Amino acid sequence: MYRYDEFDREFVLARVAQFSDQVRRRLAGDLTEEQFKPLRLMNGLYLQLHAYMLRVAVPYGTMNAVQMRKLAHIARKYDRGYGHFTTRQNIQFNWPRLDETPEILSELAEVEMHAIQTSGNCIRNVTADHFAGAAADEIADPRVYAEILRQWSSLHPEFSFLPRKFKIAITGAPHDRAAVQVHDIGLQLARNENGETGFIVYVGGGLGRTPMVGRKVRDFLPEADLLAYTEAILRVYNLYGRRDNKYKARIKILVHETGLEELKADIEREFEAIRGGILTLPKDEVDRIEAYFAAPAFKVPGDERLFDAAIETMPGFADFARQNLNAHRQPGYTSLTISLKPIGGAPGDASAEQMEVVADLAEKYGHNEIRVSHEQNLVLPHVLKSDVPAVYQVLKEHGLAEANAGLVTDIIACPGMDYCALATARSIPVAQRISERFGTPERQKEIGDLKIKISGCINACGHHHVGHIGILGVEKKGKEFYQITLGGSADEKSSIGEIVGRGFSYEEVVDAVETVVDTYLNIRNGEEEDFLQAYRRVGEAPFKEALYGTQ
Amino acid sequence: MSDTIYRNGIFSANEWIILDDEADLPGDGKAMVSLDRFLELGGTAPEGLELGVVIRAGDKAERLVDHLAAVPVIAVDFPKFSDGRGYSSARLLREKFGYRGELRAIGDVLIDQIPFMIRCGIDSFEITHAPTRRALEEDRLNEVPIYLQPVGREGEVPLGTRPWARRRVA
Ligand code: HEM
Ligand code: SF4
Repeated sequence: MYRYDEFDREFVLARVAQFSDQVRRRLAGDLTEEQFKPLRLMNGLYLQLHAYMLRVAVPYGTMNAVQMRKLAHIARKYDRGYGHFTTRQNIQFNWPRLDETPEILSELAEVEMHAIQTSGNCIRNVTADHFAGAAADEIADPRVYAEILRQWSSLHPEFSFLPRKFKIAITGAPHDRAAVQVHDIGLQLARNENGETGFIVYVGGGLGRTPMVGRKVRDFLPEADLLAYTEAILRVYNLYGRRDNKYKARIKILVHETGLEELKADIEREFEAIRGGILTLPKDEVDRIEAYFAAPAFKVPGDERLFDAAIETMPGFADFARQNLNAHRQPGYTSLTISLKPIGGAPGDASAEQMEVVADLAEKYGHNEIRVSHEQNLVLPHVLKSDVPAVYQVLKEHGLAEANAGLVTDIIACPGMDYCALATARSIPVAQRISERFGTPERQKEIGDLKIKISGCINACGHHHVGHIGILGVEKKGKEFYQITLGGSADEKSSIGEIVGRGFSYEEVVDAVETVVDTYLNIRNGEEEDFLQAYRRVGEAPFKEALYGTQ
Repeated sequence: MSDTIYRNGIFSANEWIILDDEADLPGDGKAMVSLDRFLELGGTAPEGLELGVVIRAGDKAERLVDHLAAVPVIAVDFPKFSDGRGYSSARLLREKFGYRGELRAIGDVLIDQIPFMIRCGIDSFEITHAPTRRALEEDRLNEVPIYLQPVGREGEVPLGTRPWARRRVA
């Protein structure tokens, strides 16, 4: 994985010093809170309901054991013993103190980590497929380009005060596991007829109040033009994106209001002016960065009879093997998802001890690599199949072996009313209750692949619009209400879910979800047809009728 | 305090006034006018008067392109420090259109943004915020001196193992 050199190190240390000085000036009164706010946001520091919240970057969701142990240490020393992995492949600490943040950042810098651009109106941490460099269906490793974009966007002098935040995601496989079409810029690696590498480019996706699927602006952008084209998009957005209303400030609104063709022309014009200039990506530079992401020294396949035997003999292992493993390109290997969704738990939370367990496992069995997925789980991308039973055993001892990746209890939920100052409803407890309702292995298996996503307010941090079943908590006359949307998806065939009807109270919402699920089970064409396929075939009518009766 | 202009490491007096669109042009001196007015005047000032331009956030800098050789100063207005349109206007003027005169940041100009402004080609600053003035006087720019992306500014030194991308403060 990517390693700092002396200049990266100097960069991050200088950034810590700079931010320490900003904190000092804030505490001394030289900076007002209003002036300080964008500075601290650019360093991942939010002011929340109970305290500050620090969001630490995990670039493209990749880290190693030493880094994970440092996160555990920070959870223990500066927080309440746990951290929260997010849909942006980052980790959040919910209880740091302002005056301690420079110290936390110094500690992070020791292991080449930081909080740069994890919030604020700037180009955010670039996200990528969590199976990058491992998946069997990959065209090229998206992290190479995510890293190049990370460098280009870090403290970018022109784009640090954008109209709004700006998110870029990139996937290296035709099956999109990075939700690129709901990002401000989505990049999908592709090869043209000459076998050259480039990108399909989407612009203007996003969730929030006005969810939109990104529009394609390029069928094939040559690799060398990646930065020039991205800079052109950002320049057009920076100049013309709306600044009068923060809810209309994302690039998706600019695309919508200007019209795709006109905006595309603006982008192309800007691109023409700078193409072939200083931002042209030299091939040897791509190769250099690629070398950082070279695959580990894979071992010869182990004795897979161990794996097969465990299926027969080890309780729960067959479920785990079916659900939490992803096909690897290297014979004898697999990618293993560590679910942070124990039945009845808070999605994405991990204790310091659990982080250390994962770090140990990565070192012992996983070539020292860990990923954070945008579905709030952890991944060991490179594990010998013959080692999976041993890994499973350890995970089980630490409450990390839930065999539910991609299933109904693998729920994404935002912090909601429990932590978030903007929340209008609880979301974590709803996730917990749904998880308990469907928690038995048999029931989950029967239901099959199903993505439930929950947000505690219209800002949609829980991605509810792209949940197969989405749940949005709102407030109505002082009471929590939950709106259900159906048919959303964030893969290569992205769609925004449709509101099925009036909302449900906190008490009713779990029953309502169960009604939807049971309806699906009744109408599906056999187990092969998953929820989304069934919904796309029949539409909302049978669900509506089951929920509200005939009207 | 009238020596509000910070340029080349020192503060000096502001010789330029900014005229409202309604105000009459003075007979002499140095006056900056809005982009619209400047273009109405055809970019030329009456004998004895020097004319500069204010680019407000939202103005299209490219409208100035035919006049750049003759304008001694262009002020880029930052109505709020968090409004970043001026950075793009500045880079367009410098890098795309090749403007060589004084490029001045006016408005809500604060110390934490000045390093970015410099990289976008701005070379003078109207400073009214006292802590910012103090920091500049004490030479505390508080910037991260390694740049991870190239911009078109002259004088940034390509750096180390990835000279293609990285720069150091000149
Ligand atoms: C707890 C404090 C949080 C606050 C105050 C907060 C605030 C917000 C706001 C205001 C938006 C809407 C932005 C817009 O529409 O322009 C937003 C969107 C979002 N947030 Fe958060 N958020 C928080 C936590 C989280 C967490 C924990 C995650 C990840 C699990 C997250 C991920 C996202 C995502 C993915 C979006 C949607 C981006 C889009 O519209 O494309 N946020 N957040
Ligand atoms: S969706 Fe709303 S409640 Fe949930 S974290 Fe985002 S801002 Fe907070």
